[in-house]
Amino acid sequence: MSTDVRSELFDDIDLRWEHLKNRLFLGSIFVASMFGVVALALLLFDVATDFYVGITEFDIGLVDFLTRDGSRRPELAGFKGAIVASVFLMLLTAFLSFFIGVGSAIYLEEYAPDTRLTRLIEANLANLAGVPSIVYGLLALAALRNGVGLGPILLVGAIALALLVMPIIIVSSQEAIRAVPDGVRDGSYATGATKWQTIRRVVLPAALPGIFTGTILALARAIGETAPLLMVGALFVNRTPGAPGLGVVGAPLSRFSGMPTQIYAWAAEPSQHFIHLAAVGIVVLLAIMLSMNAVAVSLRNRYETEV
Amino acid sequence: MSTGQDLGPEIRKGSGTQADQIENRRIRRLLFGCAAITVLTTLAIFFVLLDNATSYFWSARFSEALFLGEPFEREVTFTEFFTGTRWAPDHATPSHGILPIVFGTVAITVGAAFVSIPIGTATAIYTSEYASPRVRRKLKPTLEILAGIPTIVYGYFAIAFINPVLLAPVAEWGFGINIGRYSMLAGMLVVGIMTIPMVSSISEDAMQAVPDELRNGAYALGATKYDVSTNVVLPASISGVFASYILAVSRAIGETMAVTLAAGFNANITANPFDEIMTMTAYMVSMARGTSAVGTVEYQSLFAVGLLLFVMTLSMNLLNDHLKRRFQEEY
Repeated sequence: MSTDVRSELFDDIDLRWEHLKNRLFLGSIFVASMFGVVALALLLFDVATDFYVGITEFDIGLVDFLTRDGSRRPELAGFKGAIVASVFLMLLTAFLSFFIGVGSAIYLEEYAPDTRLTRLIEANLANLAGVPSIVYGLLALAALRNGVGLGPILLVGAIALALLVMPIIIVSSQEAIRAVPDGVRDGSYATGATKWQTIRRVVLPAALPGIFTGTILALARAIGETAPLLMVGALFVNRTPGAPGLGVVGAPLSRFSGMPTQIYAWAAEPSQHFIHLAAVGIVVLLAIMLSMNAVAVSLRNRYETEV
Repeated sequence: MSTGQDLGPEIRKGSGTQADQIENRRIRRLLFGCAAITVLTTLAIFFVLLDNATSYFWSARFSEALFLGEPFEREVTFTEFFTGTRWAPDHATPSHGILPIVFGTVAITVGAAFVSIPIGTATAIYTSEYASPRVRRKLKPTLEILAGIPTIVYGYFAIAFINPVLLAPVAEWGFGINIGRYSMLAGMLVVGIMTIPMVSSISEDAMQAVPDELRNGAYALGATKYDVSTNVVLPASISGVFASYILAVSRAIGETMAVTLAAGFNANITANPFDEIMTMTAYMVSMARGTSAVGTVEYQSLFAVGLLLFVMTLSMNLLNDHLKRRFQEEY
């Protein structure tokens, strides 16, 4: 009797179908998971080969590329102006968004009462994070470039980028502040410290690695943003930022083309030489972005276990 | 919000001297000002888009008409704007039907969703339910890299690889079509690829949040792993999974650089995936390239299109927010 049941169980057509179904399902979702990996590999491979072909066949010298300014003639075009502009953009964006972003995060985590207004600010943050980046460009174009009359200058681009990354900085700072245990705060209050003294001397130092990590990741995103800068008017510039006579101080007030906008300008040209210039530019951009990410990750790993 | 709930009110305010109290209040106000900037940003976006968009439909900006008494006469009707099928506001014989570029945006979004939703969901099920911790530790960061690559690089990938190397031979041998520099299909593919990580990582979070008791209960009834994944975990996490779809769709609508370089600048409504089309964002980029001056119809149209784009993504984001809150409340 019992052997009957067992053999029936093993010959069960339904069960074999179940096994097959399981195997097929696993196979198909595994293949699907690999799709993204393959796409990434193809993308990197394509950029790498175009980079290689650009250097060998089109004679793009890396040193010349990094030390020359932009030019309409492909064989004279360099990336220096774009790199310098992007560095200035990063510095200005960081300066403009860091303090306001961290300040907002402190308010929302430490001070804000649980009122409708607070919930509105929080909901608004989530929505701002979903606003297309090109819309920030439109805002800067209408309000700053044509409203205030600043022109297509680097500062306007930096303000657009600062508004764009602000929600990211706020949310990551909130998480870092929330991760500081309440016991640390209570200990500070117990010594007679005021609320602000507690936040400044105890909570912020403990949260700072997390805040810096989030900020660097946000800036790594900002450095690759193209659309807002295009809307502001950054497309082609053949000089390194820095107004004549003013030098570095004038950089925020000069016309500019950042790394991504320069890459766009090259990629949109029909000539093959420009396409390969774009590939070399992409390698530089990705290298800078990846090193920013690496800094953020190592910062997180170093301080993760404290507190 | 998180701190000092159990302390006395006098301690929570800070027990210092009066000078301390005043300083605390001042700092509190300063920090509130910081947080208020985010709300001001939203209001500014709304105002700027609305104000400038009115100048496209009427002869003056709303604020100009209100404060400077500029004449406010109808130039473009909403009927023409929303039902016209030719988009050429800057031509000598202008035509203001926005449908072709809305079609472009919707086509790219739908095509991208056909790539990213099945692949992203499958990836989420694989990493959440099947993958060993070792595989998961490698797969997740790899997909995160995909999410971190600038969109301009995806655009480059489309123009330097997908269109000429991947699609051109297929179109030529398979269909006898000679495709140009741009194609709708390349835009769909490239936006699909870049939104995979959004679908997979948020869906996976939602699946991870499904309590193990549900899985174990199903296993105890004799369910297979396939049954548990598709009939227990997926339905239980569905609002989070849907939220990820909405987010991906919202990103695809607002995507700019990749579609501009992949799909091109030709505003037409077509069923041929190898045709060149134009999305709303690509139109905005093309206008920005030819430094359009304030007051010209090109400049005004930028904001009419931008407002429509903003409203489309805003409604998606609100829906996403709603779904996300629902799935977070469930457990």
